[in-house]
This record gives sequence, structure tokens and C-alpha cells, in this order.
Amino acid sequence: MPFGNTHNKFKMNYSAEQEYPDLSQHNNHMAKVLTLELYSKLRDKETPSGFTLDDVIQTGVDNPGHPFIMTVGCVAGDEETYDVFKDLMDPVIEDRHGGYKPSDKHKTDLNAENLQGGDDLDPNYVLSSRVRTGRSIRGFCLPPHCSRGERRAIEQLSIEALDSLEGDLKGKYYALKNMTEEEQQQLIDDHFLFDKPVSPLLLASGMARDWPDARGIWHNDNKTFLVWVNEEDHLRVISMQKGGNMREVFTRFCTGLTKIEDLFKNRGHEFMWNEHLGYVLTCPSNLGTGLRAGVHVKLPNLSKHEKFGDILKRLRLQKRGTGGVDTAAVGGVFDISNADRLGFSEVELVQMVVDGVNLLVNMEKRLEGGEDIEDMMPEQK
Amino acid sequence: MPFGNTHNNFKLNYKVEEEFPDLSKHNNHMAKILTKEIYGKLRDKQTPSGYTLDDVIQTGVDNPGHPFIMTVGCVAGDEESYEVFKDLLDPVISDRHGGYKPTDKHKTDLNFENLKGGDDLDPNYVLSSRVRTGRSIKGYTLPPHNSRGERRAIEKLAVEALTSLDGEFKGKYYPLKSMTDAEQEQLIADHFLFDKPVSPLLTCAGMARDWPDGRGIWHNDNKTFLVWVNEEDHLRVISMQKGGNMREVFRRFCVGLQKIEEIFKKHNHGFMWNEHLGYILTCPSNLGTGLRGGVHVKLPKLSTHPKFEEILTRLRLQKRGTGGVDTASVGGVFDISNADRLGSSEVQQVQLVVDGVKLMVEMEKKLEKGEAIDGMIPAQK
Repeated sequence: MPFGNTHNKFKMNYSAEQEYPDLSQHNNHMAKVLTLELYSKLRDKETPSGFTLDDVIQTGVDNPGHPFIMTVGCVAGDEETYDVFKDLMDPVIEDRHGGYKPSDKHKTDLNAENLQGGDDLDPNYVLSSRVRTGRSIRGFCLPPHCSRGERRAIEQLSIEALDSLEGDLKGKYYALKNMTEEEQQQLIDDHFLFDKPVSPLLLASGMARDWPDARGIWHNDNKTFLVWVNEEDHLRVISMQKGGNMREVFTRFCTGLTKIEDLFKNRGHEFMWNEHLGYVLTCPSNLGTGLRAGVHVKLPNLSKHEKFGDILKRLRLQKRGTGGVDTAAVGGVFDISNADRLGFSEVELVQMVVDGVNLLVNMEKRLEGGEDIEDMMPEQK
Repeated sequence: MPFGNTHNNFKLNYKVEEEFPDLSKHNNHMAKILTKEIYGKLRDKQTPSGYTLDDVIQTGVDNPGHPFIMTVGCVAGDEESYEVFKDLLDPVISDRHGGYKPTDKHKTDLNFENLKGGDDLDPNYVLSSRVRTGRSIKGYTLPPHNSRGERRAIEKLAVEALTSLDGEFKGKYYPLKSMTDAEQEQLIADHFLFDKPVSPLLTCAGMARDWPDGRGIWHNDNKTFLVWVNEEDHLRVISMQKGGNMREVFRRFCVGLQKIEEIFKKHNHGFMWNEHLGYILTCPSNLGTGLRGGVHVKLPKLSTHPKFEEILTRLRLQKRGTGGVDTASVGGVFDISNADRLGSSEVQQVQLVVDGVKLMVEMEKKLEKGEAIDGMIPAQK
């Protein structure tokens, strides 16, 4: 290594036992996997940019657990983290992504034409449709670790790329740090504005440093395609609209993403991707497609059915409240989305959402009519 | 996390302009001092344990200002921070501590017999008296930077030292992470329990990492002498009791502190101290004595007098609410304490509190009788 990592070496004066975190009260993926032996093996390592084991696990040490979800408890600081610390990350990935093995290959498919149907989810039930993913720009460190210089360079590159989009993707960038009052209010009304993270899961990993420097929101004039710059990932790309035409949402998503990727490549910057992990993102939970495709759907009867949880599991879907992760449902309206990220392609995941939501809505209609849904129970997908 | 300095060298790939923080909206001591030139000069430096300029200033970058107080905006990660980054810290210290110069010498005087009076503040007005300071243990890095191994070693040393105290100082240690519910309730009722910091001023500096590992509270059986371990400093030492006998509080403070210091010295870990900065603590605002000697005192009339602030300034005192820093006063009861930390001794600072509070109580009594206090306004101390 050409550089020293002084404090990591300073810590080597203490034994592994002395430095090993107390994970006895903890319940997250990292805590389940990180033994003293593993800690000892990895603690003197660092990535080329200087991210260390303690950097990877800090968020999981500081946050023992979460009431609703099994958190991951570790993050990547750069692309190489997943390699240098594979002895920790591989088991975490396997645990989180349904047994995904170090030798498995991930398939990327951003061809929207491969989706079947999806343009006719019943708008009486499906209020809105949305697809999001993240992208990391190769050659830069990730949000837990990047410096101001790197973050600004990422912002600059992003603005150049996004500004050159045309047609229905033509839009504008709003830097968080010099937004006017009106712009801010409009972005809030459109439900586009993201704020400084308050979740300790994110803060403890260092990704809110220097806020709001080099953070911003870009969206197209039609307000159906949105990019967050330098929040939890370098880029978060979101396609959304009211109603149940998931097909159109996904088509715009794929087209926009592919265009953006070309623009970055033309400027000499690819997205972080490999054939094992797919798209590389900050949180191991978002590896693979990084894709969450979902709808806000009215299921007041079905959601009270005793088999609701089981049905979702079989369909490989998950529920959230309409405020997103960590919120509760309001008025019987749920956010239903794919549970998987890695080991399935984008088309496969959106297909599961389309087919699954169609079934859920049909079940809801049955229950409304006072009939039972026993014969509609799906197989495990 | 900016705790590894391989990343510091990596950041040198970016120009000073690209890395220099945007301080245009900021109002803290660091932001007033840190120019691009100073940033350029110091950014490739590190202390022997690997603390860097960006580590020093992160809290001040993340926290532009505070509604009530002018914050410092920078912290030390170890004893050497004050030397390696003196081009930043000396002007900050000068600005914060009334023009204290790099050549000035600080006087330490923990001989309580040198205090005049102080045993008879009127308990009808003075509800309680308290003296606190901090101490850092030589050879370890400070809370923004230390590892779990270091923090635990500090805790172990502290527990050994404190449990060997006897007489009026005989007491018990309560580690935060294994406290029973009953112990926790009692410590809350006694107003002794400290909780995980929520102030972003502290969390952004990294001092809440690994909470509650290595943290705890020790107090004597009489509940008049209390030590916090590994909160904002290695040790915070507090002497307190109801009523106005500040002399007794200060006596116990000095005697207890010196006993503790002897025990640490025997283990070859004295306190961080030098003749320029006095006692070295995490926050530059606490250098010198690190001492805040104060009372909770009823001043309902004086506090509404137009000259209240001026009187406090002339007496070199400051007011806070009875919840401590960042709180408002309740029912006319104020926390009045010394404003200075560096450049005057412990005895001198407590003398200012004793004499100043005595005067203010007399002023309060005058105002109660409907008389003026113009003849009592003190000269600037």
C-alpha cells in the first residue's frame, strides 16, 4: 500500500479482544456474522482509499437493532470494500439476500420491453406507481467516506450529465444549499425534497457529513423522473406517476437510466458494477439491482386478513407505510414493493410487483364482496 | 468516517479549493478563523495518532451556528492536536478566551484554602452549589478519536483509581451498559445520570461512537462527588450539594481531584497539562481550568433589571437556565457561573463566583425592598 492508515495502526497496539465491539445486545446482520476471529483477521486491513473494518461496522455497533426491520449494520466506503472485507460482507450478503453465494452471478436486464403487462393496474386501488434505484460512480468513494472534493466532483459530473437530457426527460437541478424559499416549497409539495438524514442508521456511518454541501435534486419538467445527488448513494434515480401504469413508469426508468449511464461513460465515468454483485451501492441491502418498485395501493380488507403476511412472502413482496421505510400504513393504504434486490433482474422484480399487486387487488375485491380467498393463495415464488 | 488518514492523503488528489468547506453561512469560532490559506497549509498534516484537520473541524462544518451561544466549531482528538494544528487553534483560543496569546502562561491553583469566604451564601436565595471540571489522561486519544480499546482502558484505570478512594470519597461505579433499572431510576432521581449525547455539536465530532461501551458514572456514598467516565471528556469531575456553602463544595472538589490525580500518576498516566494551556480537554472552550463553578440562585427581580447582563459581564459571570447549557431559566432561578476558563486559576474563578453571587443576592434584596441598585454596579473585573 502506498499510504499509511495511522490510527488504524495505532489501534493495533490493543489486542483484538480489547478492540472487539460488544455485540451482545445487538440484532443486525453484521452482529450475527462478526465473530472475534473474523474481527481479528480483518482489523489491520484497509481499502486503497483507507476504509477500515471499524469504518464498515460503526453503524452496526452504534445501532443495536430496529423495531420493524432486521438492519444490515455495515456499509461500504468504496467499491473495494466488498472485496477487502469479503470475509464479513459475503456472509452478510448471503444472510440478507436469501442464500446468495460468493460464486453466484447476478443478471442485469433493463429492457422494459421484456416486462409483460403492467399498464393496467386498477387505478381505483393503485394510487401511484414508482421505481427507484441507486447508482455509484466508479473512481469515487461512497457517501460514508467521500471527502468534500469528491462529493463536489460527483455533483458536477451529475449536473453535466443530467443537463444534457432532452425530450420528456429535460429538466433542472436544484442544489440544496442555495434553493430559494419558493423552490423549496414546490419541491416539498411535489414530495420530491429530501432532507438531511435523521436516522441514526445513516448518521452513524458518516454519510451526512458537510450537509448540505454538494447535495441536490434534479427532476424533469414533467415531474415524473427525479434524481437525488449525494444522499445515501451517489445517485438515486426515481421514476413515478399517479395511477397504476407501472409499465410506463418502468419504461421511463429504463430509458432514463440508460441515457444517464451513456452520458457518464462519454465523460469517462462508468457506474460501479460487477457480474457477481451487480450494481455496487453503499448499503449491502441494495446490491444487485438496487431496485425497489412499488405502488401505493388500497387494501383495507386484505391487510386485516390473517394470511396477509404469508401472501406477501409467497409473492416475494414487502409492505411499508405510505411514508416509506419505518412508517405505518394510513387509511388502509400500503406501499407494496419487491423484497429482493440481488439474484433477480430488474425486469423479473418489476414483473413480480405487477403480477403480485394484480392478485392482491383481486383478493381485495373478493373480500369486499364478502367472499373468501382460499382458492387464490399463490405458490411460493 | 474521517478517522483513517490514508484517506487524508487520498484527498490531496483534490485541490485546496475543491476540499475547502463552504463556511459562508457559518457563525462559529472555527469558521471565523479558517481561511483557505490556513486550510491549504494544514490539510496534509496529522498528529502521531492520525488525527487530521478535517477531523478537527468536522463538527464546525456540520453545525453552522447556535441560537444562544457562539460555538467553538472544532475539537481536539489528542493532546498533540493543539500543537500540530496551532495555526488554527491558537487564534480560536485567543478569540474564545479573551485575547489569550500563544505566549501566555496559565496558572493552576487547586489549594482551596486560598479561597476567601464562600461558606455563607444566603440559602434563601442560593439553592445549590456545584463545581465541575474535566480531565484527560495522558497517553490516550480523546473522545472524538479514541478506539474501543482505548476507551475501555481509560474506564478500567478510572474504576481502579476511584474504587480505591475512601472516607468521604468512598463510592461505587455504575457502567452505563450494565446498569439495572433500579440503579438507573435512582441515578435519574439524583440528577446524576448522563445520557447518550443528542446534540449534533457532539455527535458530529464522533464522541458518541460505540455508546454505551466504556461509559459510566461513579459517585460517593454521600452523593456529593461524582465522576463521569468517557462522556465528552475522559473524566468529568463534579462536586455539588444543596445550599450556599460553595467553600465546602470547592474543598471537596480540590481534595478529591488531587487524590484521583495521584492514583493516576502512580499508574504512569498523569493528566494532560501544560503551562500554556493548563488542563487539556476535548473542546478548546474548556482549556485552562476546565472549571465551571456555579450556583442555582433565585433572582426574579434582578434578572428583569435592564442592567442584569452588564452586571454579569462586569463580574465575569454567565447565566444559564437550570437545565444547564442550552436551557432557559424557570421561575426566576438562574444558573450563574464563571465565564472564564483559561488565564485565571481555579481559586480565582471560584472567588469571582463567590463574590459575584454575594453581590447579586444583595442587589436582589435591595430590589425587593423597592430600592435602586445604581450605587452597587461593580467595576469591570
